Amino acid sequence: MSRESMEYDVVIVGGGPSGLTTAIKLKQLNSNLNICVLEKASEIGAHILSGNVFETRALDELIPNWKDLNPPIKTKVTKEKFLFLGKKKSLSWPTWLLPAVQKNHKNYIISLANLCRWLAEQAETLGVEIFPGFPASEVLFNDDGSVKGVATQDMGIDKQGNKKDSFEPGIELIGKVTVFAEGCRGHLGKQLIKKFNLNKDKDPQQYGIGFKEIWEIDEKNHEEGLVMHTAGWPLDNNTYGGSFIYHAENKQVFLGYVIGLDYQNPHLSPFDEFQRFKTHPSIKKIIEGGKRISYGARALIEGGIQSLPKMFMPGALLIGCDAGTLNMPKIKGSHTAMKSGILAAEAINEHIQSKKDLSFYEELFKKSWLYKELYQARNVKPSFNWGLILGIIFTGIDQILFRGKLPFTLRHKHSDHETLKPADKMPKIEYPKPDNVITFDKTSSVYLTGTNHEDNQPVHLQLKDKDLPIKYTLEKYDEPAQRYCPAGVYEVQKENDINKFVINAQNCIHCKTCDIKEPSQNIIWVTPEGGGGPKYGNM
Amino acid sequence: MKILVAVKRVIDYNVQVRVKEDNTGVVTDNVKMSTNPPDDNAIEEAVKIKESGKATEVVAVSVGEEKAQETVRKALAVGADRGILIKADGILEPLAVSKLLQKIVEKEKPDLVFMGKQAIDDDCNQTGQMLSALLNWPQATFASKIEIKDKKLEVTREIDEGLETIEINIPAIVTCDLRLNEPRYASLPNIMKAKKKPIEQINASDLGVDTSPRIEQIKVEEPPKRKAGIKVKSVAELVQKLKNEAKVI
Repeated sequence: MSRESMEYDVVIVGGGPSGLTTAIKLKQLNSNLNICVLEKASEIGAHILSGNVFETRALDELIPNWKDLNPPIKTKVTKEKFLFLGKKKSLSWPTWLLPAVQKNHKNYIISLANLCRWLAEQAETLGVEIFPGFPASEVLFNDDGSVKGVATQDMGIDKQGNKKDSFEPGIELIGKVTVFAEGCRGHLGKQLIKKFNLNKDKDPQQYGIGFKEIWEIDEKNHEEGLVMHTAGWPLDNNTYGGSFIYHAENKQVFLGYVIGLDYQNPHLSPFDEFQRFKTHPSIKKIIEGGKRISYGARALIEGGIQSLPKMFMPGALLIGCDAGTLNMPKIKGSHTAMKSGILAAEAINEHIQSKKDLSFYEELFKKSWLYKELYQARNVKPSFNWGLILGIIFTGIDQILFRGKLPFTLRHKHSDHETLKPADKMPKIEYPKPDNVITFDKTSSVYLTGTNHEDNQPVHLQLKDKDLPIKYTLEKYDEPAQRYCPAGVYEVQKENDINKFVINAQNCIHCKTCDIKEPSQNIIWVTPEGGGGPKYGNM
Repeated sequence: MKILVAVKRVIDYNVQVRVKEDNTGVVTDNVKMSTNPPDDNAIEEAVKIKESGKATEVVAVSVGEEKAQETVRKALAVGADRGILIKADGILEPLAVSKLLQKIVEKEKPDLVFMGKQAIDDDCNQTGQMLSALLNWPQATFASKIEIKDKKLEVTREIDEGLETIEINIPAIVTCDLRLNEPRYASLPNIMKAKKKPIEQINASDLGVDTSPRIEQIKVEEPPKRKAGIKVKSVAELVQKLKNEAKVI
């Protein structure tokens, strides 16, 4: 069936920090370029979730006068704390002993979703066309194998795959260059990495799952500008993770937890670890008497430069966390994503103006502070494979004494889906029941995300082998999808003594964890109908 | 035949609405806004009638702040021909809106005015009825089927007892129910085209209508939390509890 097509100079997939930055920078370099940005969320920002302590370096370069344009960047970091948590006690780590990368005194506490909304306004003022509610579902190729553009998702298909009355076919968007900026584990980025072998000679990518809640707390517990991180309890020494608590404006705190998806125990439930974390006396006292107003979760990149794929291919670039530019020890990916967008725009402009090959991107990248930053950060995450304590000692030596200049690089040896051990070999974990004051269940949490998908559409979480979850994964790993999914999408239900694997795709908050962690890579996340998914406000 | 369709910008139906801490209203900052759902049905029906050749023009009108333009633009993207935005800030009650719409009807002279049966934010279900009274036009509310028969309109209404079919004269006001049709998606090319369609902006104050609220809002509160249920052991216990505790029988 033929689809309509539209031609642009540059087609950008994803309206997050990297994609929007690319669009803005391109227009600054050449205002005649026709640029469109596709976004799967119902509006820009609605699928964005991040801590976020924001370093302005890339924004300073992109829009030097940003302070004059009423940006949603208001709360300067005024104070920092780092706590090691034991089961009941906590130990405060002196901030002068923190590596420089973890110091935040020049940074701001922001909502990245709101920053993206603001960036989108800047881009639209420059003439960029932004289309929210239109997921790119398919990459289009030229006869010579180069990327031609993308196609948007068909709308109005029912559960069985038949066209409904409201059927609206997808559109082909053809670009001289297509930029993939889908964020961590983009479903097209994943296909391109495979097709063009972009991760050749690279380490397997490493991921984490990050949770975030926004709380409105009691005035007496609130200290605007305070940034606090913790490590330790409730995770054991072998599981990589930690928390953040950022005191933002309007008596709000952004409270979150990140767990490395290379965890080994299939009984571990990241969601319940996060909930349990809040019951620690040092944390509970902050939020007690307050009210939880938002919830969300999203996978993030942790692999660093060892796992960063080649970011160019014929006709296209892969940027931001679609490639994996997050700086793990800094716990920041927004400024790096934006910088990759600036570099992408510069490379694309040269490509369009003077036919320079897109490999020019690599040249720009290698010369940039982005590369330097990621290179210096490279050994931190892999050192935690030796456990929390050794990891911290090594990180101290690597980051404080040598400032990332040790003459070797630690490798990531396994993909996250390979790290689970059989369920019967690992200890079961009893999680306390939610009290609905400090801790909550998944159902009431997902309710806060405003998530919805049109009911009558094909399930967007596809199984390569539909029998595998019950026949193999349940038996060997006690089907961990029930626990790693932060939205309760996957359930094993007993019907007349027969186990059934149920996918509640309507609840999906687009975090991509299942696509990453499923031990046999049996779950494939594809784009649902446009506009579906969470409707995050200030995340 | 010309059809005027009124559309309202409201908080998206998927968003969990939060009451402001000072109880003066609900939080709308950075909250996803959308077209009031039954207004989507109203636009869809008007566009369908135009596509069947029975109407020549569909005009979308909204009343509200500058950003309500997005709602008008959305109507243009699914087939309305042009738009009107009546700019007004602050709380707008149904009476004010219907008076403003009356002015637009007098200017545009449509044969039919469609709108949603009610808005999901204030649930008033009054604007259509008030407009009908102001214009002295017949009205059909809660429409789940509309058929045009010459100078008459046959409308099936969704009422408590079932379905009621009535016949009214044109010009008329019709308020639309969700089962009227399935609204179409705005396609990318149509969104592009909609950007070029005209939207006339009028200040509410220029229409000579006093839009100040007639109702004083004292406070906005969240509904009380539902208490957890209990399990009863027997029918007798249930009856006893319904009688003595719940006092409903």
